[in-house]
Amino acid sequence: MPVTTAVFYLLAAVTLGSACGVAFGTNILYSAFALMGTFLGVAAIFVLLGADFLGVIQLFVYVGGILVLTLFAVMLTHRIDVQVSNRAVGRLPGLVVVGVVATWMIRVARAARWTEGQPGPPAATTAGIGDAFLGTYVLPFEVASVVLLAALIGAIVVSRKEVKG
Amino acid sequence: MKFQYVPVLIAFGLGGLVAAVFVAAGMFLGPRRPSPVKEAAFECGNPPSGPAWGRFSVKFYLTAILFIVFDVEVVFMYPWAVLFRPLGVFGLVEMSVFVLVLTVGLVYVWRKGALEWD
Repeated sequence: MPVTTAVFYLLAAVTLGSACGVAFGTNILYSAFALMGTFLGVAAIFVLLGADFLGVIQLFVYVGGILVLTLFAVMLTHRIDVQVSNRAVGRLPGLVVVGVVATWMIRVARAARWTEGQPGPPAATTAGIGDAFLGTYVLPFEVASVVLLAALIGAIVVSRKEVKG
Repeated sequence: MKFQYVPVLIAFGLGGLVAAVFVAAGMFLGPRRPSPVKEAAFECGNPPSGPAWGRFSVKFYLTAILFIVFDVEVVFMYPWAVLFRPLGVFGLVEMSVFVLVLTVGLVYVWRKGALEWD
């Protein structure tokens, strides 16, 4: 087995193992921490595929930001003092949802045409991403700022009492 | 590309190994003389006050989401910085619109007093 393949399976195991920890953990705080393993695994897979910019961003935004946000959101709720805070919602609905999603994903994976990438030195991906953002997909790029603005205002409206002045 | 990031992997592996060795050494070599004080949760050297799983103030959440929004804004600036010269004025205008929208958000946040802790 080539080294790259071995590393890929190692990273996939870390990602999926952590994801199982998130899904099956009974303590919601530990679930949130297990999510870190998933995010790190995905970032490492990005790097393995040569998408270094994406990998670093995954690390910055998800591990450094979203995870902290998730932890704060968990700590905000008052239900964490019960022993089993991550209660199951029932196996049957879970099985149905997982079954439907898995069938759909396998069908997409089988329908896709997989091509082998060219081995060789990786090209820097940042310029390509910038070209896509500021050239071809300029409208989605500008809309992204509106989405961020909505997140900002939404957080204020939800969390903050009106102050005078 | 295959072996370009192997040093990073080795660094991660060594870091994990060192941490694991230290924890294991402490577990196997250290003497074990428990006392009620040692069993207590460590809270900066003070006697612990309140449960460790107390509820956080929503202010932390607000600060975190402010951080993420402007974090993502900076992330979008990196590709622009790489292509700054070839894009020229067009790129500057695009980025200005992007930043302007978020500046509206910043002004809103500021005026609402969300940057104050109290």
